[in-house]
Amino acid sequence: MFGRDEKVSPVRLTAVQYIVLAIFMILAYGLWQLQVMQSDKYASMAEKNRVRNVPILAPRGKILDREGRIIVENYPSFTALLLRDSSRDLSADAGLIAQGLHLDPKEVKERIRHFASMPQYQPIFLKDDITQDELAFVESHRNELPELDTIVAHRRLYPRNGFMAHLIGYVGEVSEEMLNQPRWEFYNPGDVVGKSGVELQYNQILMGKNGSRRAMVNSRGREVQRLDETPAEPGKQLKLTVDLDLQIAAEQALGDKNGAIVAMDPRNGEILAMVSRPTFDPNDFRVRVSRDQWSKLVNDEDHPMLNKAIQAQLAPGSTFKIIMATAGMQEGIAQDMHVICNGGATFYGRYFKCWVTAEHRTHGVVEISKAIYQSCDVFFYTLAEKLGIDRIAKYATMFGLGQKTGIDLPQEVSGVMPSEEWKIRNFKQKWYAGETISVGIGQGAVAVTPIQLARAIGGIASGGLLVRPHVANPSDLPGNVIPASDTPSQVKIPIDPENWQIITDAMSNVPSPLGTAGSAHLQGIDFAGKTGSAQTVSNALKAKTANGKSKYKDNAWFVGVTPRRNPEIVVAVLFEGGEHGQFAARIAAQVVKAYVEKQRRLPTKVAASNKKVEIGAVWNSASPDGSNQDALHGGRFVVDVPKKRLPLAVAAPGVQ
Amino acid sequence: MSRYISFRDFDWLLFIFLLLICGLGVLEIRSATAHTKFAGAHIKQLYWISGGIAGMFLMSLINYQKLLDGVHWMYIASIASLLTVTIFGQKYLGARRWIKMPGGGHFQPSEWVKLILILAVAKYFADLHQRELSWPDFIKAGAIVGVPMLLVLAQPDLGTALTYIPIAVMGLFLGGVRWKQALTVVVLAGLMMPLAFHVLKPYQRDRLTSFMQPEADSQGSGYQVIQSLIAVGSGGLWGSSAGSQTHLAFLPVPQTDFIFAAFAEEHGFVGALTVMLLYFIVLMRLTQNAQTAPDRAGTFVVMGVVAVLSFHILVNVGMVVGFMPVTGIPLPLMSYGGSSVLFMFLALGIVMNVRMRRFVN
Repeated sequence: MFGRDEKVSPVRLTAVQYIVLAIFMILAYGLWQLQVMQSDKYASMAEKNRVRNVPILAPRGKILDREGRIIVENYPSFTALLLRDSSRDLSADAGLIAQGLHLDPKEVKERIRHFASMPQYQPIFLKDDITQDELAFVESHRNELPELDTIVAHRRLYPRNGFMAHLIGYVGEVSEEMLNQPRWEFYNPGDVVGKSGVELQYNQILMGKNGSRRAMVNSRGREVQRLDETPAEPGKQLKLTVDLDLQIAAEQALGDKNGAIVAMDPRNGEILAMVSRPTFDPNDFRVRVSRDQWSKLVNDEDHPMLNKAIQAQLAPGSTFKIIMATAGMQEGIAQDMHVICNGGATFYGRYFKCWVTAEHRTHGVVEISKAIYQSCDVFFYTLAEKLGIDRIAKYATMFGLGQKTGIDLPQEVSGVMPSEEWKIRNFKQKWYAGETISVGIGQGAVAVTPIQLARAIGGIASGGLLVRPHVANPSDLPGNVIPASDTPSQVKIPIDPENWQIITDAMSNVPSPLGTAGSAHLQGIDFAGKTGSAQTVSNALKAKTANGKSKYKDNAWFVGVTPRRNPEIVVAVLFEGGEHGQFAARIAAQVVKAYVEKQRRLPTKVAASNKKVEIGAVWNSASPDGSNQDALHGGRFVVDVPKKRLPLAVAAPGVQ
Repeated sequence: MSRYISFRDFDWLLFIFLLLICGLGVLEIRSATAHTKFAGAHIKQLYWISGGIAGMFLMSLINYQKLLDGVHWMYIASIASLLTVTIFGQKYLGARRWIKMPGGGHFQPSEWVKLILILAVAKYFADLHQRELSWPDFIKAGAIVGVPMLLVLAQPDLGTALTYIPIAVMGLFLGGVRWKQALTVVVLAGLMMPLAFHVLKPYQRDRLTSFMQPEADSQGSGYQVIQSLIAVGSGGLWGSSAGSQTHLAFLPVPQTDFIFAAFAEEHGFVGALTVMLLYFIVLMRLTQNAQTAPDRAGTFVVMGVVAVLSFHILVNVGMVVGFMPVTGIPLPLMSYGGSSVLFMFLALGIVMNVRMRRFVN
C-alpha cells in the first residue's frame, strides 16, 4: 500500500524513454530510406510528376437561314497564354514576351503579379485573337520561352454592321448572376453562352460540350505521356425560318430609320424577316466589351439593344381600326353604320378631331369600307362608343393583343389592351367612357408590339387564324429539345365570310389612289394593308413645345399582306418619328415586292419536274400571209423547266 | 502549505525549444502556401501560437492539484459536450464534430476532452493504492478512456478517437498493469479487427489499406501517400531548392497534415532530422519533469502529455514516410490548425504547472 506521494516506478519511466527513442529511430530510418537511399528515384518521379489537363474547346453550332445559307459561323482564334507550372521566373521574360505580342511590358508584369496567388496549374491568359506574326513569335520562341503557349478557341463570326443583330443575339461569358439561376446551374465560370436573341434561346442546342485531354508533362512542359482524352461534342447547327433574301430587303428598306420590321407567314407563324433599329454590332461583344461601350449602348436614348419587333410597346394608331372593324362587323353594328365626317365630333363633352382636317377637307359620308381605306377617325370614334371598351377588349384579346405571342425569343413584352377590369386592377380607378373613344383609333392606353400587330392583322386577313410566331421550326430541332412555348401553334377564330371579304377588300384599297397609302402601290401585286400614325404625346403638349422636338413626332405604322385573303406574308412596319403611315407603307411595300419577285422566279411545284412541260399560248400577230395585222393565233409548245433556282444571296453580308 | 512559486522555475529551456519548433512550422507554412489560395495561413498560425502561449502561462498559474480535485466535474462536462455534439452537432464534411456557438464560432469538444482525459486518468491512477492493477481497476481505467472514445468514434472521427488510446496505454503501463491484462487487450483487439474493419466507412478502409500499397490506387486514396513520398524523397540530403512538389500543388493541403513532408522536401534529410531532434529533446525534457514531479499525480499528468505528443509524432511522421496510414492527425505545433496548437500549449501549461511546484510538498 502506498500513498499519493510514492513515486511512479522509475524503471517504467526509463522504459518509456527508451521506447520513445526506438520510435524516433524507426522514423529516422524511414527518412533515411527516402531521402538518402532512394533519393534519386523520387527526384525523377518528381520531375515527371505533372498531369496537365488541357481543355478541348467545342465549336458552337452554326446558324442557318431557311434555305441552309450561313448566317452565323465560327472562326478559329488563337489566344496566347503563360503557363505557370515550371519554376521559371516569369517576370524576367516579361519584356521579351511583351515585345513579341505587342503588349505593354508593365501590363504583362502586372498580370503575372496579379495571378501569383492563384493555383499554379492555372495559366495566365495574355492576349486573345493574336495575329499571325504573334503566333509565329510564340512558335519560334519555344526554347527560350517554354512557358508561353497558345490555345485555339472558336469565336463567333456575325454579319457585319449589325445585320440581324437583335434576332441572332450575341454570346459572352456566363456571368455570376446567371450562374446563380437554376437554368445555368450546370455551367462553369468561363463558359461562353448566348446572351440574347436566338443565341440565348437555343443555347442548349448551339453550345457544344468541351472535352479534355490529360497528359503527363515534365519540367520542360513537354508531354511525355498521354493519359486519356474525352473528345469535345460540337454544338449542333440551328436552321431558322428566316429567309436571308427578305431579311436583306427589309434591312435595306428600313435603312437608318429608327423602328422595326416583322415579316411573317400568317399560315404557320414562321418569321421570314425581323429588323430593329438602331442596331449594334454583336462582333463587338465577341471578346470582351468595355464598360464604357456597354453603358453607352445601354444609356442610348434610342435603345439600340432593344429588339423593337418584340419589345417596343407603342400605341398602334389607325392600324387598330382593322380590329375595330372586325369587332364592329361581328357584333353586327358596323355594316349598317353611316357616319358623316365633318372633321371631328363631340363625345362626352369633348371634341375629337379627325386627321383629315390636316389636309383641309372632310370625309363626308362614310361607311365601313371607306372608313377603312380612308381611315376616318370619326367613324371609329362612333363605333367605339357603340361597342364599349369591354367588347373591343374582347375582340382585341381574341386576336392576341395585350398578351405575349409566345415567340421563341427571350424577353418578349405583352403590350397593353385596356378594359374596365384592367383599369380597376392596375389603377384602382373606374374606366371612363371617354377613354374608349381614343382607343377606337388606336390611341389612349392601347400598346402593341409589331409582332402582335402582324399576327392580329395577318390573322384577320386569313379569315380568323391566330398562329404562334417562331424563328425555328420544332421539326428542325434535335429530338430531345422541348419547344419554348406553351401557347398553341394555331387557333381558329370565327369571322363571318362576308365580313372578312368586306374588310380585306377595303384593305386592298389602302395602297391605291383611293386610300391613305397611294404612293405604296405595287403594280401587279395584290397588296392590301392598313396605315397608322400614332401620337406619342397629346396635342396640347405638342403645341406647347414649339417646333416639336423630334422625339415627339408621331410614329408611322403599316401592316400589309399579300394576297389580300389567306395571305402568304404579312409585313408590319414601325417607323418611329415617321409621322405619316404612308412612309411606313412604302417601306413595307419594298419588302413585299422582294418577296413576290422571289416567289415568281421560283418554279411552281407543278413545274418542278424533270419532264418537259407542255404549255399553250395565245397571241396577236400578223397572219403568215401578212393580211390581218391582229390575227389571233394559238399553239402548243413544249418547254424545259429551269431546274436551277437563282440564289439571290449566298450567305449573310460579311460572312464568307 | 504556503506555496511560493516563481517563474524562475518555469521551464524556460523547454519553452525555447517549443518556440523553435513553432517558428519552423510557421516558416514552412508560409513557404508551402505562398502560391496557393491558402496564402497568409502563417499569419493565422502566429495568432494561434500567441494565444496558445498566453494560455500556457495562464495554465501554469493554476495549481494543478486543484484541477485534479475538480476533475470529476470536468469529466462529466466533457461527456456531456460529446453527447451534445453527437445529438445536436453540425454536420460538416460528413462528420459531426462541431457545435455552433451562439457567438458564431465553432466548438470542437474532442480536443478539450483529450486534456481532461489526461487529468482524469492521472487522478485515477494516482489514487490507486496497489502496485499492481486489479482486474476491476483495470476495467474501470479502460472505461474512463473508452466511453469518450466511443462517443468520438460515433461522430465519426477515427483519428481523434485513436489519440485517446496512448493516454490509456501510458496510464496503464505506469500504473502497474499486469502482463495478463495487457495480453488480454491485445488479443481482444486482434479479434475485433475484422469487425472493426467492417464497421469502418469505405474511405477509412481505403486509407488503411492504401498506405501499404499506394500504387494500387494512385489517383484516389493512394495519391496523398505517393505524393508525400515523392516530396520527401526528392528532398535528398540537403533539400530540394525548387520545392516543386509542394509549390506546384502536387502535395494537397500541405500546411496541415503533410507539413512535415513539405519541410522534408525543402530542407532534406538534414533538416528533417533536426526537427526530429528538437521533438526528441522536448520529450526527454518532459520526462525529466515527470521524474521530478512532487507527487504521483504530477508524474502521470506529464507522462500523459508525453504519450499524446509521441503518438502524434509517430503517426504523423510515420504517415509522411509511408509507415502509417493517412489519418488526419496533425504534427504538434507545426501543423496549421487552431485547436491542435491551443491544445498543445494548454497541455504544456499543465506540465509547466507541475514543474513549477516540484519543490513544494
